Amino acid sequence: MIDVENLRVRFGSREAVKGVSFSVGQGDCFGVVGESGSGKSTILRVLAGLYDDWSGKVAFGGEAVGPRRQRAFFRKVQMVFQDPYGSLHPRQTIDRILSELPLVHGMDDIDGRILRALDAVALPRAARFRFPHQLSGGQRQRVAIARALIAEPEVLLLDEPTSALDVSVQAEILNLLADLRRERGLTYLLVSHNLAVVAHLCSHVGVMYGGEMVELTDAATLREGRVSHPHTQELRRLSVELEETGN
Amino acid sequence: MILSNFRSWALDEAPASRSQATWGSAYRVWLSLRRNPLSMIGLAIILAFVALSLAAPLLAPYDPAAQDLGNRLAASSGAHWFGTDELGRDVLSRLLYGGRVTLGMVVAVVVLVAPIGLGIGCIAGYFGGAVDTALMRLTDIFLAFPRLILALAFVAAMKPGVESAILAIALTAWPPYARLARAETLTVRGSDFIAACRLTGASPWRIILRHVMPLCTPSLIVRVTLDMSSIIITAASLGFLGMGAQPPSPEWGAMIATAKRFIFDQWWVATVPGIAIFLVSLAFNFLGDGLRDVLDPKGR
Amino acid sequence: MLAEIDNLRISFPTPSGFYEAVRGVSLKLGQEKLGIVGESGSGKSLTARALMRLLPSQARIEADTLRFDGIDILSASEQQMRAVRGKRAGFILQDPKYSLNPVKSIGALVAEVWRLHKGGSRREAMEAAINLLEQVKIRDPHRVAKSYPHEISGGMGQRVMIAMMLAPDPEMLIADEPTSALDATVQAEILRLIEELVSERGMGLLLISHDLPLVSHFCDRVMVMYAGRVVEELAASELSSAHHPYTRGLLDCIPSLSRPQERLSVLNRDPAWANP
Repeated sequence: MIDVENLRVRFGSREAVKGVSFSVGQGDCFGVVGESGSGKSTILRVLAGLYDDWSGKVAFGGEAVGPRRQRAFFRKVQMVFQDPYGSLHPRQTIDRILSELPLVHGMDDIDGRILRALDAVALPRAARFRFPHQLSGGQRQRVAIARALIAEPEVLLLDEPTSALDVSVQAEILNLLADLRRERGLTYLLVSHNLAVVAHLCSHVGVMYGGEMVELTDAATLREGRVSHPHTQELRRLSVELEETGN
Repeated sequence: MILSNFRSWALDEAPASRSQATWGSAYRVWLSLRRNPLSMIGLAIILAFVALSLAAPLLAPYDPAAQDLGNRLAASSGAHWFGTDELGRDVLSRLLYGGRVTLGMVVAVVVLVAPIGLGIGCIAGYFGGAVDTALMRLTDIFLAFPRLILALAFVAAMKPGVESAILAIALTAWPPYARLARAETLTVRGSDFIAACRLTGASPWRIILRHVMPLCTPSLIVRVTLDMSSIIITAASLGFLGMGAQPPSPEWGAMIATAKRFIFDQWWVATVPGIAIFLVSLAFNFLGDGLRDVLDPKGR
Repeated sequence: MLAEIDNLRISFPTPSGFYEAVRGVSLKLGQEKLGIVGESGSGKSLTARALMRLLPSQARIEADTLRFDGIDILSASEQQMRAVRGKRAGFILQDPKYSLNPVKSIGALVAEVWRLHKGGSRREAMEAAINLLEQVKIRDPHRVAKSYPHEISGGMGQRVMIAMMLAPDPEMLIADEPTSALDATVQAEILRLIEELVSERGMGLLLISHDLPLVSHFCDRVMVMYAGRVVEELAASELSSAHHPYTRGLLDCIPSLSRPQERLSVLNRDPAWANP
């Protein structure tokens, strides 16, 4: 579903992504782990069409895409951002936020679509005419997911969707994302700094370090600890160490 | 009965339709504006002046252009409440009729200036790069000249009159608005919610118009209300130089300008229109302050 | 006893009366490491800020006891509080980016704090600053002292913040989410550094975080807060035998790397937790 080959991104003189390649199958979930500055979010923004200045090959469902995307592309690929406080327009009601994409694409039955999207993410219909600041962090992230779903996309790009939330809310959102993927056959690309979150949701994992994808593995191998790159080992060790205190 | 029905319908916590929600939020803006005494005073003053100006033909005791040279510069009396001016014209009548010209000019200038400044600023800020450079240098050129001099040049090139004065003031007043709108746009351009708008496939024009501009409007409103008095004064200066409202048409600024010569002996001739300008400017400031607060949904 | 809080209540005025954000919190802190854990809105940061009287002025603070090393915080003068804040108790905040003056070099920032509390010449202060930067394990302190806040990483910035807090030799450190803006590898280093410094200097530590496993890893004792109350207090080593359903629920809903789960368990909030 997603094919990335030798992707390179430059910011001025610094190369943020240095030739990354990976592919994600239809209905799979691929996780990208890394620390800040490793280039993981940059990859996601390139795939979403938010950066123009890159080289390499990016294809969705076998169709190569360039820096500029056609309008139809956004029916197929949608994104959920890290910060639910910053990704919703502060002066628009949930209704306005959700109706934007159907209006742009001239879709019919906008009211019905909005209500179905709210139901899909288990938000009360009374939230429809509220403003984002009147909702809790978890509810806001549900709105952001509903906004992505309303396009009826095939691919969801998830940029740290739970790292700004409390752990109890994180569990709810991760369960929601897992359910949606199963019900709708979505393909996920999840970027996170949290190894446990990635291993929970994703079948395959790529580890980013200094702009390169230093290791490609699957979740089971990662859990067992049969990883080769020292950075992956370090991340795994820290994650396991903290887990053990709780048990 | 109808009012209380409307109230409960508009304030419904879970509106059933989009129009109900829109009415509800408009009603909530009104309610919170009503809680702010200063902005209500401002609104009352503005409405009063507008009503008085519109009703000038009914209220004015004299023809504003009727001269009575035998009774020039008369002090306040039962016949002339605010006295008469240097040509013996009734100041009250001129004030009422002058409100039409002055308030009309101010409104026309604002209606012209705010969208131009907002548009140029948002476009420059959103696109950045060469577009930004070109538009901002243009803004700098306009900013580099003193407002009055530039306005004078414009009016001189056209024919003197109220319409030319409006156009000239509008052409010279937009650069600060453009600067302000650009600065606001730059702070939201990189935000995730604008990125999310781009991911709907919306064109840049749609994003600017529907998502960026509404965010820049509140600070623009405040700036506009603060500028009201300086717009009136620029209009007056143009009038004084013979480039604005043409005599005998009454205009508050021009009234002050002509009364300057005898301000120490017959002070009321200049003071009455001065008080009018002061009250209107103050009222606009009060209202603008209140509007900025209530237009932010977080403040409600 | 460094800090002593008994029945602390903090409320804020709202259009519909006072809202109580902290409702009867009690704690005692000696030369030990105490962690306060809770979700956003649980009142954990407010509790710590009340101890330094750093709350917004509209907040209403009531307590039977609120003392720092015997000083009654509620009745102390602003002058007394200034002698406590920064000098005897250091406060480390979440994001060093916003706490460091961007126009001064790192060395100047640390030296300034040192001189404020200790006096002495500029040269002495700069030497002390280099020494402090060494203590927080910055590898090349001379080079870092010459750089500016925007030139250093988040982890380095947090080390500098800690160095600044250490300058007056405080008796207590309050760390409010000191590492939640940092990467996992850096987070562990910073917490280990705080832990070492606290043990070496015999300070008291109040570590506030939303991350229960992390806090219990670095503290002696953990207090779990929910809706303005302490619902459970236990030794960090006994975390696995926590009783309260909220504490258990918090631990259970964290995804695990070693044990795969089909679905994560979700916290079912019991209204009784807020009002026992």
